[in-house]
Amino acid sequence: MAQTYRTMLVDPMVDNNPITLQVLGICSALAVTSSLKVALVMTIAVTVVTAFSSMFISILRSQIPSSIRIIVQMIIIASLVIVVDQILRAFAYEISRTLSVFVGLIITNCIVMGRAEAFAMKNPPFASFVDGIGNGLGYGLILMLVGFVRELFGSGSLFGITILETTNNGGWYVPNGLLLLPPSAFFVIGLLIWAFRSWKPEQVEEREYKIQTVEAH
Amino acid sequence: MPDEDNKNREEGDANFTPEMNPPDRDLPAPEGEIITGGFLSRFLNMPADNTAKTVIVALGLCLVASMIVSAAAVSLRPLQEQNAALARQAVIVDVAGIADEDGDVAEAFARFEPQVLELATGEFTDQFDPYEFDDRAAADDLTLSTPLEDDPASIRRQANYVTVYLLRNDDGSLDRVVLPVYGYGLWSTLYGFIAIEEDGNTIYGLQFYEHAETPGLGAEVDNPRWRALWRGRLIRDEAGTLAITVAKTPPPQGEEFHVDALSGATLTSRGVDNLVRFWLGERGFEPFLERVRAGEI
Repeated sequence: MAQTYRTMLVDPMVDNNPITLQVLGICSALAVTSSLKVALVMTIAVTVVTAFSSMFISILRSQIPSSIRIIVQMIIIASLVIVVDQILRAFAYEISRTLSVFVGLIITNCIVMGRAEAFAMKNPPFASFVDGIGNGLGYGLILMLVGFVRELFGSGSLFGITILETTNNGGWYVPNGLLLLPPSAFFVIGLLIWAFRSWKPEQVEEREYKIQTVEAH
Repeated sequence: MPDEDNKNREEGDANFTPEMNPPDRDLPAPEGEIITGGFLSRFLNMPADNTAKTVIVALGLCLVASMIVSAAAVSLRPLQEQNAALARQAVIVDVAGIADEDGDVAEAFARFEPQVLELATGEFTDQFDPYEFDDRAAADDLTLSTPLEDDPASIRRQANYVTVYLLRNDDGSLDRVVLPVYGYGLWSTLYGFIAIEEDGNTIYGLQFYEHAETPGLGAEVDNPRWRALWRGRLIRDEAGTLAITVAKTPPPQGEEFHVDALSGATLTSRGVDNLVRFWLGERGFEPFLERVRAGEI
């Protein structure tokens, strides 16, 4: 395998991004991107959970009975998520209230499970850890891009600091209310996938079928 | 065969099971295998799909995971409780409309005069220290609470004593009172505070600090636009009948006694209606509010 630690870390950013290429973890990407601050905390939480769960699963990989491996992975992931949730509640109470159930739902985030099953079960602990960090950051990159667009045009601010004075506060900018609603993230993510694939055409999937043209004689 | 076996091991195939191939003593010990004796190494060398091992791995992992989770929960609880108390104070400050610009909750909270109130008489009691008195614990304490038979707010036991927060003007006259209210919505008990003006009949605001209602529907009780509907609403009509209600349509007494119900959240709205009417009624704060109206506080 030609993977170095560097490629493990950098590849998931663009070339093998969990959201835009693997299209995983969309649910939470819709829910937590209406403000950058929340998106940043979610990024950190997912990165920590993915990295450590991959590492622990990798340490145990030769001892995990294959018949119960998914459950074993889930237990490790769930325990880590609960610990992260408890820490957030103790040290970032306001943000943990905003994130509410979405921290708990990291357990079901396909990225964590996907990396555990696809990478950590076959690779040594440190490589798995780095792979987890890389994928968490790749997820976070998209979260931050979507959050940037949604917060800037939805509420006229970035990280809560007013950039475009909205009309509600006596400014000139009429905010786009749609961007505050979760479905708007679909549009932003869709546009991002389009942008990524125009930049890197090799990411475009082959068509599952081709329309055949029959030449008339 | 041995070649393929080694190749499998090198690739770390998750489904690799030594059982499939008869053990071959000539094979070099695979990487990571511990050759020395002892229980642990024998356990580690067991094939991963052995039934006994499956059970032991599952039990062991659950044990370790549950210990980690409980350790985190127990060690972080004091900090979490402190945060929750601060969030509660923030709501008290907010509902009374005296939140600071710079958001210093403790400073704004210090303006309140907390008092422990005996609900039945509407008198303050100095039996308890108002800064230490825990309303939530008192409501569960058999000696400090009464079971309810007719229980519209679905709270089962009602505390005999609650902490109320008085906000006074500079000359010492009453400005607002903040009263704790709680009751069952759809999924959860909603805990909140209601702020009432010095006339004892005009609501200044209602805000919840803890609930688990459906996000987007019942959780809209937190929406500032809905909360704003409470300002200036009246509790009792001129005849002294409890008239305030959360409903789709105004009560016969008129619009000033009506807070529009949340659309899509019938049961949460009904819960809020029940709890507000219960706590502002005769079994709730009415004896106290009567004294407020008489200007005795």
